[in-house]
Order: sequence, then C-alpha cells, then structure tokens
Amino acid sequence: MADLSANFIGIKSPNPFWLASAPPTDKEYNVRRAFDAGWGGVVWKTLGSEGPPIVNVSGPRYGAIWGADRRLLGLNNIELITDRPLQVNLDEIRRVKKDYPDRAVVISLMVPCDEESWKDILMRIEDTGADGVELNFGCPHGMAERGMGSAVGQVPEYIEMVTAWVKHYSKMPCIVKLTPNVTSILPPAMAAKRGGADAVSLINTVKSITNVDLDHFSPFPMIDGKGSHGGYCGPAVKPIALNMVAEIARHSETRGLPISGIGGVTTWRDAAEFMALGAGNVQVCTAAMTYGFKIVQEMISGLSQYLDEKAMTLDQLVGRAVPNFVEWQHLNLNYVTKAQIDQDACIQCGRCYAACEDTSHQAIAMSPERVFTVKDEECVACNLCVNVCPVENCITMVEMEKGALDPRTGRTVGDYADWTTHPNNPSAQAAE
Amino acid sequence: MSNSPLTPGIVPHRLSDAALAENFGDHVPPFDRHEARVAADRCYFCHDAPCMTACPTGIDIPLFIRQIATGTPEAAAKTILTQNILGGMCARVCPTETLCEEVCVREVAEGKPVEIGRLQRYATDTLMEKGVHPFARAAATGKRVAVVGAGPAGLACAHRLAMKGHEVVILDARGKAGGLNEYGIASYKAVNDFAQAEVEWLLRIGGITVRHGQVMGRDFALADVQREYDAVFLGFGLAGVNALRAAGEERSGVMDAVDFIAGLRQAGDKGAIPVGRDVVVIGGGMTAVDAAVQSKLLGAENVTIVYRRGQEKMSASTYEQEHAAAAGVRIIHNAAPVAVHGNGAVAEVEFAYTEDSADGLKIKAETFRLKADQVFKAIGQTLKGAPEGLMVQGGKIATTGAGRTSVAGVWAGGDCATGGEDLTVTAVAQGRDAAEDIHAALAAKG
Repeated sequence: MADLSANFIGIKSPNPFWLASAPPTDKEYNVRRAFDAGWGGVVWKTLGSEGPPIVNVSGPRYGAIWGADRRLLGLNNIELITDRPLQVNLDEIRRVKKDYPDRAVVISLMVPCDEESWKDILMRIEDTGADGVELNFGCPHGMAERGMGSAVGQVPEYIEMVTAWVKHYSKMPCIVKLTPNVTSILPPAMAAKRGGADAVSLINTVKSITNVDLDHFSPFPMIDGKGSHGGYCGPAVKPIALNMVAEIARHSETRGLPISGIGGVTTWRDAAEFMALGAGNVQVCTAAMTYGFKIVQEMISGLSQYLDEKAMTLDQLVGRAVPNFVEWQHLNLNYVTKAQIDQDACIQCGRCYAACEDTSHQAIAMSPERVFTVKDEECVACNLCVNVCPVENCITMVEMEKGALDPRTGRTVGDYADWTTHPNNPSAQAAE
Repeated sequence: MSNSPLTPGIVPHRLSDAALAENFGDHVPPFDRHEARVAADRCYFCHDAPCMTACPTGIDIPLFIRQIATGTPEAAAKTILTQNILGGMCARVCPTETLCEEVCVREVAEGKPVEIGRLQRYATDTLMEKGVHPFARAAATGKRVAVVGAGPAGLACAHRLAMKGHEVVILDARGKAGGLNEYGIASYKAVNDFAQAEVEWLLRIGGITVRHGQVMGRDFALADVQREYDAVFLGFGLAGVNALRAAGEERSGVMDAVDFIAGLRQAGDKGAIPVGRDVVVIGGGMTAVDAAVQSKLLGAENVTIVYRRGQEKMSASTYEQEHAAAAGVRIIHNAAPVAVHGNGAVAEVEFAYTEDSADGLKIKAETFRLKADQVFKAIGQTLKGAPEGLMVQGGKIATTGAGRTSVAGVWAGGDCATGGEDLTVTAVAQGRDAAEDIHAALAAKG
C-alpha cells in the first residue's frame, strides 16, 4: 500500500485528505469523529473577531441540484462563519490538537480588513497548538457584504496587504483561500504570493442561485419568501476548480506556489486529478456533508491502489499533468482522429446520430436497419457522439496515422504543427 | 371458513379473506413520483425510437417519458392518450415484454428495459385521478355512426369519432361497457374497477351514447344500423369458444376459461367463486395463464396448464409463463387431451403425448392422466354472430386498409377483424384508425 503521508508547507498529515473549513469542521465533536474516521487534517471553520458571534438564518441554509435519483450534484449555502463564541472554538481546537498530534489542524480566519483586527486574532490563536492559518478571502455571501471574505479576495491589493500583516504578526504557515468569483484567478494568486503566503487554497464557493421556486417566485434557498445568492460547491464546480488550480500551477509567476485543491472532490479520482494538476493536497466538504466522514476510507484505498498500480509516489503525482496543460495555440493541428463506432457494443439508440445530424457535422449515417456508421469525409472529430453515447467505449476516437489521407480535408496527416505556425494565422511566426 | 386448498371438489372460500385480498391486489404496484422519475431517467430518448415503432398505437414513448422526468406527467398522459385513448388499461395489460420493452435499447444492452408500461400507468393514472379529460369535440358534423361492441376497438373508434364531431351510438351485448377490459382480464391486473373508471372517463368527451344488452342478430340486424346511421363500425370481438373435441367433454366441472375469468372479475367477493382442488387448464395463451394463475390465487391445491405444442409455440409470453410458474402453476408441454374421465363429474383428464413436426401435430399412442375436479378450456375464441354478407377470412371479418370490410359503409376492428394480434392495444389502434377513415369517408360524402 502506497505511502500517503503528506507534508504540505511543513504541515504533516497521514494522508492528503483534509476537511475544508465549513460545517463539518465547526466544532470539537465533528472534528474528533472526522479524525477517528481517518481524515488527515481539518481546516477549522472560520473564526471571526472577539465579540458577539455572528447570527445565521433559521430558515434553509442550503439549496441543491440533484440527478434523477436525488444524487446531489451541487450544493449552495448561505451559512456564515462560525456562530459560536471565539473562546469556545479556541479551547476546543487546543484540546483536539493535543489529542490528535499527527493530524493537521489549520484555523480559518476572517476578520475586518484592518491591521489591528488581524494582529489581535493571530495573538488569540497562537497558543492553540494549531499547525497553520487559512485566510478566508473566498466566502461570497453575507460576510462579503460586510467587507470581508470575497470582498477582500476580489481585490489583489487587499490580499497582498492582509497576507503581509499575517506573515508579520505570526510565524504560522499561512494559506490564502481564493475566491473563484473573479475574472482571472491569477492576479489574486500573485498577490498572495507577493504578500508572502506559503500556499493558496482554492476554490471557495461560486456565487449562485440553485433554482427558483416557481410557485413563490423566489430564489432558493428561500427564507420567508425571499432568497439571497449563496456559494456553490460540490461535484458541479470541479471543472471550474481544476482549471483555476492548473492556471496557477503553470503560470510563470505562480509556478511552485503550493496549492491546496478544493472544489467538488468526491472520490480518490477527483483528488488524484487535482494533485496531477498541481495541488499538494485536497480539501473536501460537500462529499462529507452528503455521505458522512466514512468516505475518506474510499479515498485512501483508491489513491493508494492507483499509486501502487502506477508505481508512483504521492510527490511524483503532484503536478504531473501540469506540463501538458497548454494554451490552445500549442495544440497539434495535424493530430487527426475519426470517430469509430463499435457495432458489437452499439445498442442502436441513435443518440449519436441525432446529436451529429441536428447539431454538429452530419457525419453519422443511419441505415434503415438502425446501423450507425461514421462518415469520415464529414467527421471533424468533435467528440460529441462519444459524449452522448450511453455505452462507454462504444464510440472511440481513432488517430489517423501520419501520411494517411484525411478524406474530409483532402490532406495527408503531417508532423506536429500548431496555430503559431499556421498559414491562416496573420501573426504566424513561420509559415510553411 | 370451512374449506381449504385440500377440500375435494369445486368449492368456494378455500383461502381466508385476508389471503384473497393479498392475492388479488395490484399485481404490479404503481410507481410513486420518485420511482417514476428514477425510472424515467433511464430512458435514453433514442432517435426514431424502436419502442415507438413496436407500439401498435405508435405512442411517442421517449417524449412522454421525458415529460415525466421533467415533472409533467399530465402532459405525458396527453402524449399517450392522443395515440391510445385506452392508454391507462394498456399500461396494465399490454405484453410490453413482447412490444415496446422488448426492443428498448436498454433491454438489448442490459436485459433491463426502461419500464415503459409502468411509466405509462403513472402518467395516465395521474391525469385520470385529477379528473381531467384533455380532449374536446370538434363542431358537430350532423353525422351519426353506430359502433357495435363497447370493447377496446369500439371505444377507441367511438372516442375518435366523437372528437371529430360525429354522434356515436355504441350497441353492446353486455351489461357493462369495456369488453374484454371488463370481462376478460385477470382481476389483479386491473384492480379497483379500473376498466369502468376508464370507460366513464373516456365517455366524458361527450357525443357517445352506450346502449347495453344489444346483441346483433338478436336485437338488431346489421341492415338496421346501416339504414339508420351514416356509417357502422363492428368491434364485437370473438364470442365463441373452441371445443376440446375430447370424449367426455360434457362432464360437469369442465368449463370455458373465459367464463371463469369474467365471473371472477365481476365478483365482489372473490372467495365466493368456487374453484377445484385439482385444476387442469387446457391451452397455451393468455387466457390459459389468467385462468390457471387465478385458480391458484383462489386456493386450488394443484393447477396444471397443458399445452399441445412446445413451449416456444405458446402464445402467452415468456413473462406470463414465468408469472404462472412463480404462482405455483405447473406447465406441461406437448400433450393433447383425448378423454375426460369421471362418473358424472370430471375426475381425471387423459392426455396423449404429441410431436410437433413439419407435417403437423402428431398424437402419439402413449397417454397419461391428470387428477382433476375442474377443467378449464382455453383453446381459443371464435367469431360468432358475424352478419351475413360480410366476407370472412380465416375465421375473422375480412378487412382492408383501415378496417374496411367487404361492405361499403361498414368498418370492423379488434379481435373480430383480420389484421394484427388479438391484443387490447391492437384493437385500440384499429378502432382509432377506422374512425379516421370513417371521418374521411363521411367528409368526402359531404
């Protein structure tokens, strides 16, 4: 069984699976049970300043998107940071860390955007024994309207400023949690790096309305006939998160900045994908909220098996796909594939035909006997037929050999050549 | 309760009321909303879907399933009922395993089809429970059409004609409308008096009058209705029953399976229906299975279906055969009845082994006997009372096109007419198509 122990910016944990700052890590009771279930670490639910705790709504806090069998695909929340007194949280953190010294305990923080507030909170948490802090610059609802959370995360200058304060007043490792509610994730990540952050974690939730109640005409979750936007998370946001993680991992200015990957991690495979795109570990929330803490056992066994099968260490996995994440202009325009339908596997539903005929390139023929075949002279290899086919591996994209004649273009398949050198590109560097 | 499955003879109340209520409850329970959505999600929304092609009434199955999946079963019901006005009953009795579900690509792929029949029931039940009749009549045409028989073919024909604005009078031999839906289907397939509820719902279109107790050839002649109406549709089914042609057939205890099935359907108290301890059903179709399974459900100790040919020739579907086997019915193939023995009442049936060859069915010399105190004949129904002057072909009223008989102005459909299998859904399609043809003919006449 592969060694899954992880060292993320000096914070050690028996595996790279942490619970993200959220309801599952709100209190001692949950965190103890999470550690007993096998989680490698937690980011304790966000603490705020000393004083009267914030107040949550007492109507629904969550909205959701489901598949037909109520499989939760996306979750949206309007919950705020911890609504329990600061001292209670601090005492619990101290106790838990003492009893679970091998687990990572990172404290999420969100206080008003002034130096005194940050200095004060950092002093308060210093003797808890926690391993690090995560700056919550991501929460997009409620707290953002009070000038915190994503209101900070959307202004790179603020990120840099606050991160610098934290590094100045504390020796603890500092993770900056980024909001996806920005045009580009790179300026916030660069700002965190300039401010001295040890790592970034992303993504926080996406501003969202899950659905509209069509009887009451209110966004959901609906509180007494009204709704507010929430933060979207769960499997549905994973593609957005993967891209943002990968952008930071490959950019020349942020490359090498440790990343804690967050966003729809539900299985070991999701975790492995985040890590391949540059995340040093992952944080999980919605999957645990959907299925309970036990899912970590599948994540541990699955990632171990995968690493064993690949004869790879965890460190070798991290970032392994980053060099292959390129800009469009570097894709090989002489790579030609054609869809091929395995007639033995085909169940003759005709979805590929409908999709191609109605919405794509009219490259699939249908015989009166419902035999579906690809017209190579029309097929642009868009992959839509593969995506809509209900049978896995029934339709595959088969690469044409170099020198073969592409019946669609009438040209032979040549060597690697991308847009930068294409004759149609007005700014091509070297035309053929 | 004095009787048990072991009581000799043909007696009522072999089982407790509780056991009977369980046995004759809904055979395939309806989907609830969530189950329907999950089942609907399995549909791939195939292009030019094979299930649609397999449905005799051509229901747009992918569309109605998608309408269920998106939370609008009422719209789904309208999609179904537009093609098949008896979609509610067909959802219960169609042999979907040999029609739409047999060709479902998921059946082909995984051996587990989308449950089209149950989804259809969910949609049509939802609409009917809301008391909605989603069709309205066109402006009155002043034309009058007589429909003989209030079975599936007649009802479908009448509804479509009424929708087109014609006045329809249905003349039916029985006391209740519905035909085999009311009298010929196993009780557990259409519980809660569904057949009558469906007829009442169908008649809400208006413009249809049903006259009961009207037997053609006894109470009126074809010539009468031809004279009185602008067109005539015949859908009176097959009222005759084939004989065993075995010695001793007249002994008491030997009866027609269709009468047994009809009696059970009409019985408020199933326990009052007497049934034998050792029941033998002769035949290989749906009627045989319905009679055998229900005998078992009433508490008969031993029930055996005997069919003269091999298993592959049985017209009851594999699903129905398995249903019978699961109910505890034994099925014997390749045996034909040669004699019914007994002293007054039947005591044994003697069968000869058969061999089905290219030259036809050969009766072998070797015989065996089955103990029996009740014997049901289920070896097919025949055309009875077909009016003179109509061309008959292969024991059915000959039709061409959309149910046109050899006599102008007279159409026919359902089991009494040629074409298609003897199924409710086929009858509905024929009645509907004949109505469209009648409408076109009447419009052309002006």
